[in-house]
Amino acid sequence: MAFAPFHARRSQSRSTVPKVLMRGNHVVAEAAVRAGCRFYFGYPITPQNEIPEYMSERLSKIEGGVFIQAESEIASIHMVIGASMAGGRVMTSSSGPGISLKQEGISFLSGLELPAVIVNMSRGGPGLGNIAPAQSDYFQATRGGGHGDYRTIVLAPNSGQELADLTFEAFDLADKYRTPVVILGDGMLGQMMEPVEFRPEIPIKKLPHKDWALTGAKGRPSRFIRSLILDPGEEEEHNWKLMRKYEKIAREELRWEAFAADDAKMLVVAFGTAARIAKGAVKRVREQGLKVGLIRPISLWPFPFKALRDFSKKVKHFIVFEMNMGQMVEDVRLALEGGGEVHFYGRPGGIVPTPLEVSRVITSQYYQKRLG
Amino acid sequence: MKKVFTRPKSLKSAPFHYCPGCGHSLLHRIIGEVIDEMGLQERIIGVPPAGCAVLAYNYFDIDMGEASHGRAAALATGLKRALPDRIVFTYQGDGDIAAIGTAETIHAAARGENITTIFVNNGVYGMTGGQMAPTSILGQNTTTSPGGRKEKRDGFPINLSEMLAIAKGSAYVERTAVNSPSNILKTKRAIAKAFQVQIKGAGFSLVEVLSPCPTNWKMSPVEACKWIDEVMTASFPLGVLKDFTGDKKDVH
Ligand SMILES: Cc1ncc(C[n+]2csc(CCOP(=O)(O)OP(=O)(O)O)c2C)c(N)n1
Ligand code: SF4
Ligand SMILES: [Mg+2]
Repeated sequence: MAFAPFHARRSQSRSTVPKVLMRGNHVVAEAAVRAGCRFYFGYPITPQNEIPEYMSERLSKIEGGVFIQAESEIASIHMVIGASMAGGRVMTSSSGPGISLKQEGISFLSGLELPAVIVNMSRGGPGLGNIAPAQSDYFQATRGGGHGDYRTIVLAPNSGQELADLTFEAFDLADKYRTPVVILGDGMLGQMMEPVEFRPEIPIKKLPHKDWALTGAKGRPSRFIRSLILDPGEEEEHNWKLMRKYEKIAREELRWEAFAADDAKMLVVAFGTAARIAKGAVKRVREQGLKVGLIRPISLWPFPFKALRDFSKKVKHFIVFEMNMGQMVEDVRLALEGGGEVHFYGRPGGIVPTPLEVSRVITSQYYQKRLG
Repeated sequence: MKKVFTRPKSLKSAPFHYCPGCGHSLLHRIIGEVIDEMGLQERIIGVPPAGCAVLAYNYFDIDMGEASHGRAAALATGLKRALPDRIVFTYQGDGDIAAIGTAETIHAAARGENITTIFVNNGVYGMTGGQMAPTSILGQNTTTSPGGRKEKRDGFPINLSEMLAIAKGSAYVERTAVNSPSNILKTKRAIAKAFQVQIKGAGFSLVEVLSPCPTNWKMSPVEACKWIDEVMTASFPLGVLKDFTGDKKDVH
């Protein structure tokens, strides 16, 4: 395969640090601090409260560390904007309803070209919904729930280890492209305890220098950071500039994983927690001799359109499994451009199906399509 | 020849876009003079709002980061916490601060954020064409309070500065105006004091400035200045609302 699997790349740089058993939300928080995040602004909402709780403790013990429990998610995302303008590595986290309130700020971060990391440990929706794990915020995350033509990088971990690794990567990507990065987890990932190996802490001095930050116009001309561009020609140029950046990200920052896909006659496509369940299901049906594999998009934007399209040259049957009513399935259909048949299986509302349940869906589809 | 009057260094040479007689122009100049006199140009960061002053970064020769409508206090909080030894100020209209940004402002004050807010009260939404503002006074004609603001239909104007003075975290709150030479001098002193409060780390400081908007008030600049004295100050009395800085006897 042309693309080195994400896990393979990761393991090259792994040192012999001992593993620690940690809850997913704590993993994100610890990884953020190690990645140089010194500013955290948030507002309580289940199932991600362990992130602000951990950050409040951890950052209070670090020189220059700032934690604020804001009065709302709107305030917290705008505090993020302020600290990002000052050049810091900064994070906020929330879940569905809170992420809705942050959309104004996420649009501004995109327009202002400011780096920031936004974590969504998503839950059942719409409305207040519930606090059980769900994947119903895929559209919101990948389409941009805010106004204007913009994209956010969206990373979807499926384990404690990936929560750690992708949090590190999120900060690097945000700085590299001066753009907000969303980590889309769910209540399950946030609450689950798993053994995790952390990368070593990045010293603040080694972080990328930001020659655009607002620090006071000392020894240099004054700067401003703004998103208001009244002149339509200039605003168009700004949008083109953003678009060129997004195109580069789409080329260079794709992340996905294939499992048992080489000889597959049918492919399951799933992300995050659902992909983990799907993997269990694929292993089960493989034991029964069914040639089924799994494609797991890790970056939801950019979405691995081409990879799926390439698979569709050999494989014609796809099952998309999501813990929602069918959101990523639209991207899969776009990717296949009619070059494969797509069956959708979804469980919304906070129901987490077992691998057995999903394996039954796979088996039934497999025989209906007369693949075995 | 000795120059006795010149443009403040911390203002760029760009001509203001504001209407004739607009308080924003005066205030920009006043703030520029204070920044120069206090030697802050290299360590001050301003946060302009959405409002008529949205282009303030074109006029101030200092670092500036634009906020979305109402969120300046939150943004300034992030900036100041990240750079505690810089001076951070927000510049906000009445719609910006006392309607959409009320929560951000009250909580910044309650936390005692070491930031300074310049609150430009012109009693209307200037930028969007003169709609009713949270500070439009009873009886005031605006494009969305035809026949004058009526309490039954439109509710009462809000005295945000008085509310902010109650907040434990606010150190200094004063209401001034820019409608006469003496009021302009008082405004300048108040802004200098507010920056001083911030430098001392005493807490949240705010100067509310009653500011003419001749265009939307449909008055001449002279009439607008008179209206502030004769009508507006009845609802928004001038003076120090809070001074917990130890300079004066505490007013509360
Ligand atoms: C979220 C949002 N809602 C509405 C607007 C439109 N808007 C821009 S400025 C403004 C009000 C300006 O009034 P004020 O804050 O009093 O400032 P002034 O123009 O009077 O100085 C409004 C409603 C906006 N920019 N953003
Ligand atoms: S509309 Fe009013 S506030 Fe806006 S620039 Fe004109 S006079 Fe000033
Ligand atoms: Mg106004």
